[in-house]
Amino acid sequence: MEFQGRDIISLKDFSREEIDYILRIARTMESVAKNGSDLLAGKILATLFFEPSTRTRLSFESAMHRLGGSAIGFAEAEIASVKKGENLADTMRVVESYADIIVVRHPLEGAARLAAEFAGVPVINGGSGAEEHPTQALLDLYTIVKEKSRIDGLSIALVGDLRYGRTVHSLAYALSLFDVTLHFVSPEMLRMRREVLETITGKIEVVETNRLEDVIDGVDVLYMTRIQKERFPDAAEYAKVRGSYRIDLPLLESAREDMIVLHPLPRVDEIAFEVDKTIHARYFGQVWNGVVMRMALLGLLLGQIK
Amino acid sequence: MVETTLLVSKIKNGTVIDHITGGHALDVVKILGITGRTRGTVLIAMYVPSKQLTTKDIVKVEGRELKPEEVDKIALLAPRASINIIRNYKVINKKRVRLPDIIKGIAQCGNPACISNSNEPIQPKFYVKSQDPLMIRCHYCSYIMEKKDILEQF
Ligand SMILES: [Zn+2]
Repeated sequence: MEFQGRDIISLKDFSREEIDYILRIARTMESVAKNGSDLLAGKILATLFFEPSTRTRLSFESAMHRLGGSAIGFAEAEIASVKKGENLADTMRVVESYADIIVVRHPLEGAARLAAEFAGVPVINGGSGAEEHPTQALLDLYTIVKEKSRIDGLSIALVGDLRYGRTVHSLAYALSLFDVTLHFVSPEMLRMRREVLETITGKIEVVETNRLEDVIDGVDVLYMTRIQKERFPDAAEYAKVRGSYRIDLPLLESAREDMIVLHPLPRVDEIAFEVDKTIHARYFGQVWNGVVMRMALLGLLLGQIK
Repeated sequence: MVETTLLVSKIKNGTVIDHITGGHALDVVKILGITGRTRGTVLIAMYVPSKQLTTKDIVKVEGRELKPEEVDKIALLAPRASINIIRNYKVINKKRVRLPDIIKGIAQCGNPACISNSNEPIQPKFYVKSQDPLMIRCHYCSYIMEKKDILEQF
């Protein structure tokens, strides 16, 4: 399967076979990550973060270093030229000379697609506004495969802000290629976006609800996301919603014993701390899986892993 | 069946836009920039019984031929419209509008958070998912727009 020179912009650009292949390569990166490698020696990764995200940036840089490559880049505070109004297209045309591969995080939707059109080297979407976050979704899939040994046949609930949650959009596109039942659990005003629903409808079974209690006892995977206060017109409305999309020990009593809880982090209070030490919690394991998955992606796009 | 030729008088030189989806004549007039204070005869017929469509609208504009961009915009709203060029009361050229699979430059993305609405050296680009009812999807952010969203821009 050919990945060399490709971009990772949206998971709707990928086939089931390609995603399966990426998941298999990630598995082989587990030992490489622990032992180190010089597979990408001499290669340079540029991380262009027009919006702060320490976690994602560190994850990519860690992945690059573990494969023997190096990383350059900027984080939001330093981007003087951008503050002066330089457009993304021009930035890409400059940075492509500095790096062999570029990760872009940008507050606007569609930014990664545009970035890739102007860069002569592979571009990875590190988060494009509220649109997509494909590498987070891939590491989530990898976590599910590792924990459940499969994705087909599972019942999966995506919970919280499905309208502005970029990761759940990428996840929904990818999961629609598997034989799964998807539950979308959100307040009415944060329902899954139309463009995502249009794309996945007919491919898999989708159930929408606004009650977490309705799905808690039947799902294999509970994928929690943060609901941001800024999305609501007033504090009272937010307070009402916040409590309904929170998991704690009493709620988990009706869950299956092997149900796993995932979260892209950072969490605010949608997962009570008491859940951390239960057999369901897997969200901290996702962080390691992120490094492994990003190693696989860097190696594939740079043509050093076939 | 009403005789449409009798219903709307002929023009001498200009353009007849026929088979406009019923109810969209005024939108076509707007696309052509006809405000009512521009000179020249304009004839508008709405909800005329039609063999091909159940009803259609017709717009006749004296002394004017359409620019390609205007034809493309009309295609978005009325995918079955035909453009007839009239010289000396005769149709000298008749062609159907054609809505391409990819639309570039004639509409803006309706998603305010889309990169195509910021200062970048690109043209907005859309994929036509469905012609009737119209549904187009932004190349950059995937946002879906319908006829009503596009009408707001014209
Ligand atoms: Zn857009």
